[in-house]
Order: sequence, then C-alpha cells, then structure tokens
Amino acid sequence: MAADGTGDPGLTNGAVETGAPDRVARERRVRWPGGRGRPAPAEPGSVTVTPRTDSMLEVRDLRVHFPTDDGLVKAVDGISFSLDRGRTLGIVGESGSGKSVTSLAIMGMHHGTNAKLGGQIFLDGEELVSADAARVRALRGSKMAMIFQDPLSSLHPFYTVGHQIAEAYLVHNEVSRKAAKAHAVDLLGRVGIPNPTTRVDDYPHQFSGGMRQRAMIAMALSCDPELLIADEPTTALDVTVQAQILDLMASLQEEFGSAVIIITHDLGVVAEIADDILVMYAGRAAEYGTGEDIFDRPAHPYAWGLLTSMPRLDRARAERLVPIPGTPPSLINVPSGCPFHPRCRYAASLNGRCETEVPELRAVALGHQAACHLPLDEQRRIWTELVTTQLARIAGTQTASTGEDE
Amino acid sequence: MITFIIRRLLATVVLLIVVSMITFAIFFLLPRWGGQTTYGLAVQYVGRNPTPSAVHQIEQQLGFNKPLVVQYWDYLKAIPFGEHYSSGPNSLYCPPPCLGYSFKNQQPVWPLMTSDIPVTLSICIGAAILWLAFGIATGVLSAIRKGSIFDRLSMTIALAGVSLPIFFTGLISLALFSYKWAIFPNVSYVAFTSNPLLWAKNLVLPWITTAFLYAALYARLTRSGMLETMSEDYIRTARAKGLPERTVIVKHALRAALTPIITIFGLDLGLLLGGAILTEVTFSLHGLGLFTVEAIQNQDFPEIEGVVLLASFFIVIANMIVDIFYAVVDPRVRL
Repeated sequence: MAADGTGDPGLTNGAVETGAPDRVARERRVRWPGGRGRPAPAEPGSVTVTPRTDSMLEVRDLRVHFPTDDGLVKAVDGISFSLDRGRTLGIVGESGSGKSVTSLAIMGMHHGTNAKLGGQIFLDGEELVSADAARVRALRGSKMAMIFQDPLSSLHPFYTVGHQIAEAYLVHNEVSRKAAKAHAVDLLGRVGIPNPTTRVDDYPHQFSGGMRQRAMIAMALSCDPELLIADEPTTALDVTVQAQILDLMASLQEEFGSAVIIITHDLGVVAEIADDILVMYAGRAAEYGTGEDIFDRPAHPYAWGLLTSMPRLDRARAERLVPIPGTPPSLINVPSGCPFHPRCRYAASLNGRCETEVPELRAVALGHQAACHLPLDEQRRIWTELVTTQLARIAGTQTASTGEDE
Repeated sequence: MITFIIRRLLATVVLLIVVSMITFAIFFLLPRWGGQTTYGLAVQYVGRNPTPSAVHQIEQQLGFNKPLVVQYWDYLKAIPFGEHYSSGPNSLYCPPPCLGYSFKNQQPVWPLMTSDIPVTLSICIGAAILWLAFGIATGVLSAIRKGSIFDRLSMTIALAGVSLPIFFTGLISLALFSYKWAIFPNVSYVAFTSNPLLWAKNLVLPWITTAFLYAALYARLTRSGMLETMSEDYIRTARAKGLPERTVIVKHALRAALTPIITIFGLDLGLLLGGAILTEVTFSLHGLGLFTVEAIQNQDFPEIEGVVLLASFFIVIANMIVDIFYAVVDPRVRL
C-alpha cells in the first residue's frame, strides 16, 4: 500500500514517457535503471535533515516579510533546511505558501525591494542574508543559478538566445565574446537543442516552449553553478515536454554534481526527482523529510490532503479527488495557532490547542519532521487507517475505470 | 528585412498619393460647398475692377471649370514635370517639383516653402535632441527611484510642462531672457551655414520652450514604460544572471521600454516638421508653421495645399522610418 503511494506520481510520468521522444526515454533508463521514475530510495535514517555545517546550502530560520499598506505580509516565516551537493530538495506548497519568495531570498533578489529579511542563509559556508549586495550579485549566476517558470516571458524578446546565454557567462568570466558564444553553442548542444550552431542566433520567439526552457537551463548552467534553483520549471510546458525537462535536469545534475532545489505545486514532479521534500504552508514548514517519508509515511494532515487531492492524468472523474477544504490563508492575517487549523479536519479533536498554539517542527522519525499537534500514535493511526484507505479507493476506482477513460 | 523595407516603401508611396487625392478633393470641394463658383474663384486672380471677359479668360487658363479628376491629374503631373501657367500676356513657368502656383504672391509655392523649411527643421531637430535626452533620462531615473524626492519633484515639473502651452512658456522666457536680462537678445533665424554659433544661440529659447513640453510628456511616458518593464520576468532573469544593476536597467529594461516611445517620437517629430506653429509664431521665426498661418489668412489655396502635402509627407516618412527602426529593434516584428 505504502509502495503505491510512492509509485503513483511516478506512474503519471511513466505513462507520459511512452509519448516522449526515444532519446529521452533512453536517458531515463540509463539514469534510473529502476524504471520507477525516481532514484533508488535511500536507506531510511541515513539522510540527516538536521542542519549540517558542510552542506552546500543551509537555511536557518529564514524570514521574509513585506511591509504593505494593509499590514505586514509574512511571506516566509521561519524556514530551515539544508541541502548537500548532488542532492535534490523539492519545496511543495500551494500558491502563496512562500516557495518562490524563499528561492528569491536565497538568490539575494530581494535586495532593492522593501522586503525585510531575517535568519541566515549559508551557501557553501558563506552567509548571504548579511552579505552586501555586490557580493551576492557576484555569486548569483555563477555559484547559484535559477530557472524560472515561464521561459517565454523569462527570456528577453529582443536578444538572441545565444547572446543571453553568453551574457550570463561573460559577466562572471574574463573571456572574449567569441569564446562566450562558443560556450553558448556548447551548452545548447548539451541541453539537447538540435543544430546549436545555427539555433544560437535565433530569438526566443523562434523557439518552442520546451526548447526555451532548455535554453533557460543552458543559461543557468553557463557558469557551472553548485546550486541550481528551479522555480516551477515545468508548469508552463505541456506534459510530454515536462518529462523531458525533468529528465534533462536530473542528468545534468548528475553531470555537474550540483545541489538542486525544485519548487513546485506538482507532487508528480517532486516524486520524480526530489530526494528530500519540504512541504510549505502559509510561509512555514508543515513537513520536512525524505521523499519516502512524505509519500509513504506523511505525518501532517496538509500532506495527506495534498496526496489525496493530487489530480491525475488517468483519473476518470474529478469527484474522486478529495480536495482540501477552504483556501490558503492570507499572509497578513495568518490564522492563530496552527495556520492550517481552519482547513484541518482533525483540529477539533485536540480541544482548541490547534487554534492557540503554533506547532513547532518536531521529529516524527529520524530525519522526518512535521509541525502538527496530533500525538504521534494518533497521526500514524489516521494515516494507516483512514488516508491510505482513501488512496487505495482512488487507486481502485482508477483500475476499474481505465477502460472508460479517454 | 530587405523585402520588409521595400514593402514599407511601396505602401508609403501609395499612402502619399491617397493623401494628395484627399487634400486636393477637399480644396476642390470646400469653396464650392461654401457657395463659391468658378467665376468667383477666378475673380480673385484678375485684379481690381475686373471685366467679365477677363475673369472668364482666367477661369479658362487656370482650368477652374475642368472636372475634378482632370484638375487633379494636372496638379499631380506638375509635381514631377513642372507646369506652364499663362496669366495674361506673359507665361509663368513653375519648375518641378511644382506644388502649384501662388497667384497672390506671383510665385510658385515650392520655392516659397523651401526657404522656410530650414527654419522649422532647425527648431525641430534641436528641440527633439533636447527632449529625448532630458525626457528619457528623467523618466528612467524617476522609475528606478520611484517614490523618491527626485521622482516626485520631476513628475510635478513634468505635469506643469505638459499643462503649460508653448505660447505661455515661450513668452515668459522671451520676457525674461531676451528683454529683461538680454541673454538672448533679438531672437531671429540666422542660417546655420552663415553663422553656426549665432544660429544655435538664437534658437536656444525656442528649443528649450518646445523641448520642455515634449520632455515632460516623454519623461512621464518613459517612467511608466520603465516601471512596467522592470517588473517583467526577463528583468528578473537578468538579475538572476548576476548582471550589474546598470546593465539590467539600460540594456534589458530601457531597450524594451524605449520601443513604444520611439513610435510616438516618430509621429511627434513628423507632426512638428510640418510646422512648429506655436513656437514659430511665439518667436516670430518664419518657418513652415508661420507660412501655413499666413497662407490660411490670405486664403491662398495653392499654398495651403502645398504645405498640407509637405506636412503629410513628413508624417508618412517619419512613420515609415519608425516602422523600419521598430523592425530592427524588435526581432518579433520582422516577418
């Protein structure tokens, strides 16, 4: 049953894979012989999610607040995580949960805005929150790079793709324009653009959506970054291309050995490539653990809600989803106590504790933390008895209904 | 790209012909709608105490009784080939490009206008350079320091600039700088070729007055355009690359924000080249604007027709240059 929980998101992509070009499918087989669409699971307990000083990236109690006329927007309110080289962290949450704000904070992109930053960000041991803007700018694009959601609007319409990639290389390296362009051609080839020597002089509007995202990835990789942040890299792409882009990112990560943060609201994507997962809710961490922890043994009611409400390609009818009731909270008036309590179906059982007391992240197992007041045994009971049955029923109806699916 | 330019040029020629047709038709029909007869038109050219036979003769010679199409064809033909007008005993020759013959001034229209073109051109070019430089610089600085004292102050001045008409700012500046303090006394047009220094000195006030209005407009346009582009995703990408902020603003944001401004600039400049009427009248500079005003006051139809055609020519050409420039700047326009 638990294995199904892990396999499900992979299955979505597995179905897609048949439609994707062979080249990508081959790459996938080479990379993940398991064929399940995700790397072989790490031994439970071998992953340390408690902060380690030798991590590539370590975020401690990060806060990003925006003063506005309506009040203080607490977009990120105390997030901590760490990430080693060669590993992938997935940050999951609804719109407005603070995912993108977190990534922009790491990139130092809140400089010059009215954002108030707190906490610490260590990139390879170097603190970034207190560092001056020029230093962070020098690291940006070279040591850490970012891929954005919509590749068309993220590329400048007036400059050639090659120019934009070369520009990223030139700003951090003392090379000639010619060498930078040759580097751009090389990168375009590596991210799988056919005829890179001619396509390098094309403008973004002459590229297809998937090719644009490949070009964005090439741009991000131009200085061999040790940290790569991908903010919803596949959201604007159609499903077949999504799988290709995820494969590309995974194989490039292996090649470059960089640490990767992937920000998404798509659980299928994180199941596909994330080693660790941070579930965010209202600017705070709801749950943090390995991919197996989140998919096989989720401890937070919000994570349960995400799993049971996950839309699926092969799902016949929408009513088989079990949506999370309500809407994400306002970040100006975050609900008292646990920010999730107005939408949580188990909050009532704790005699008002959820309404008054903010739950801290606490370990539910080694390296697996959740911010929930539910007693551990109660948590486990609800998961095994109620939620897994729900998931099983969804899986069951799917098997029964596959015949009538379009 | 070449085909784009050729196509644009052809369209421009067609457009100019259409403009000339419309102008001609208007000046053919207007007097008739006003109750004027061909006889009445001819009377104006005969002199005092005309005899009916003399008027009829003029009517014949100037072709007032010919149909519209024939008259238009004669007019159009005269532009490249010139025209002989017989006025009484002596024949008058109007050399190409002949835009008609002003019988009131007893001269062809074109040479009358050509002497005024440099004046208008001088005013426009100088003012355009000033307003582009100041307008765009102020707009960019205001946008990147949105809400600062500089922003508020410059936008207040810009609002004043947009609201104050040229004849007000022009007269004030004349009163102060020309008469009271005599920094720029005796503002009059001196040909650039005869004395460049005096040419520039005498044009400083007209330039500043004209440029002030447009600079104010362009500052506001640039500011809003910059604010819009600065929030574009590709600006975020440029920052994420680690580009210096100056590069982000000039190379990425301004380049994109500038294109709509260039469109408006082309139209403004074309419009102004047809006669910077307010500036010319205020500073008594005899350019195309003043020429037009006088032509209208004298009801000199050939002159009005000529200047309208020339003005529309400037606008159409400016428009074409803008289009071609646009295609060079924005690769998405090239088809």
